[in-house]
Amino acid sequence: MAADYVDWLRREGRIVIVGASLAGLRAAETLRAEGFTGSLTLIGDEPYEPYDRPPLSKAVLLGKASPRHTELPRRRHLDAEWRLGVPAAGLDLTGKRVLLADGEEVEYDRLLIATGVRARPWPVAEEAELDGVFVLRTRDDSIALTERLRAGAKRVVVIGAGFAGSEVASACREMGLEVTVAERAGAPLVGALGGVIGAVAADLHLENGVDLRTHVTVTALEGDPMGRVRSVHLSDESVVEADVVVVSLGSLRNTEWLSGSGLGAGPRGIASDAGCRAFDFRGIVTDDVFVAGDVARSPHALFGYQFLSLEHWGNAVAQAETAAHNMICSASDRRPHMWMPAFWSSQFGVNIKSVGVPPMGDELMIIQGSTAERRFVGVYGYKGRIVAGVTFDNARWLEYCQRQIEQGAPFPVEYPTVDRRPEGRKAVPADFPDPSLPTHGPTVTLSGYSPADRRLVFTPGHH
Amino acid sequence: MRIVVDLNKCQGYAQCAFLAPDVFTMHGEEALLYNPHAAEEERAAVARAAAACPVQAITVEGLHEGAPVEPVQVFSGAPWEPRDGR
Repeated sequence: MAADYVDWLRREGRIVIVGASLAGLRAAETLRAEGFTGSLTLIGDEPYEPYDRPPLSKAVLLGKASPRHTELPRRRHLDAEWRLGVPAAGLDLTGKRVLLADGEEVEYDRLLIATGVRARPWPVAEEAELDGVFVLRTRDDSIALTERLRAGAKRVVVIGAGFAGSEVASACREMGLEVTVAERAGAPLVGALGGVIGAVAADLHLENGVDLRTHVTVTALEGDPMGRVRSVHLSDESVVEADVVVVSLGSLRNTEWLSGSGLGAGPRGIASDAGCRAFDFRGIVTDDVFVAGDVARSPHALFGYQFLSLEHWGNAVAQAETAAHNMICSASDRRPHMWMPAFWSSQFGVNIKSVGVPPMGDELMIIQGSTAERRFVGVYGYKGRIVAGVTFDNARWLEYCQRQIEQGAPFPVEYPTVDRRPEGRKAVPADFPDPSLPTHGPTVTLSGYSPADRRLVFTPGHH
Repeated sequence: MRIVVDLNKCQGYAQCAFLAPDVFTMHGEEALLYNPHAAEEERAAVARAAAACPVQAITVEGLHEGAPVEPVQVFSGAPWEPRDGR
């Protein structure tokens, strides 16, 4: 029976993918590559075919690429119906229908949700609407920001020094613009990499002429009578003049459209099993709804089966491939999503890469190079084993770190550091901020349940 | 010509930057910057760069499969109301 169903589904079933970005595209390609011949529909809220986002905060700002042309290469012909420019507005799990914002409905036999995240907007709406205030997530954001920066901006204020904010600050400095960065924590990147590495990042900002303000929050954005942003007010009562403000406060998961659907979706994303099948709000796994990419959170065997939410480019690809495979195979052929978390950033000419889950680590050890030289390899330890690695301009060591994590290698490392720097011989506290405080940047959120965390809320449907 | 580089794989060997310098450049010692929408006349150089990449991190559309990309029809959609202030 079940095998008959899978055969039928592969041959003539209807698969709908909500979310037409990296994860949605790679899932669609995988479905076709693995022999799915039924109907395939991709639904996307932006009126563009899938494009790559990482260049928007790097190559595009630096003038190396056009914000309008970062379309992702296709790996194969898709033979899909594209419903672009219309967001999904609801899901009827029983009727197996996706409701679109324009009132149309799309029926499915199996559904993949890859709606991703969006930029967290500046919380005060009338200030966010001031001319000159930007976020950077989408192609439209990128076009608007790039045009404004090229049109003779003088001083840019970046709110939030996560990866995206730091990349924007770096690019603006290269363009010769004055840049102030305001960060709530004590240093840039602390949410993702901890205070020790954050201090290195802070030095990079300062050496490159960024006016870095830490331990401050922005209390108000002030406009002129024409509605253009004029200045930024900080919690230390200083005022910074600005004609461009880039709000870089992390992201929000696009799950609101699922409220009331009965799916286990909320601000932390959509929970799934290791095989990408979504949970309903009761924690029961669904048969026909799968999730992938930034919006998903799933348990990871290497990290104590914690639910990980990963806003990583590589995770979107790997999870999409696994979800697509599992959507059209028999139960015994399903694969778990066990991708090793990994991300990169380049800022101020330095290549920063990481594997594993740094915020899980409580201690850090530099095993190669030196933080003073901005060229090093660090590993993070938790309960006596290595859980993550980070490199600054030392990417070739990362594969080694990855193997150490996979093998559960002991921490502190037992071997002497390869180039025998004295600072590398001992573990130091990694200095992560309190995880309950908001952080930003493409990092890992540990979001498993603790006994004190009872958040099962039933939201009745409204139809 | 559409290009994407898996920068998780990239280890900064810079072969691409030598072979197709108008498309790939190094930024600092190790970070790669590239144009994801290279001019068609760069195709031969980009093909060489993709082939030479020691970690095979470069994907170029149409380089392997030769499959044409179907046109994507953009639905403008009826006016709609955001449900949650988005």
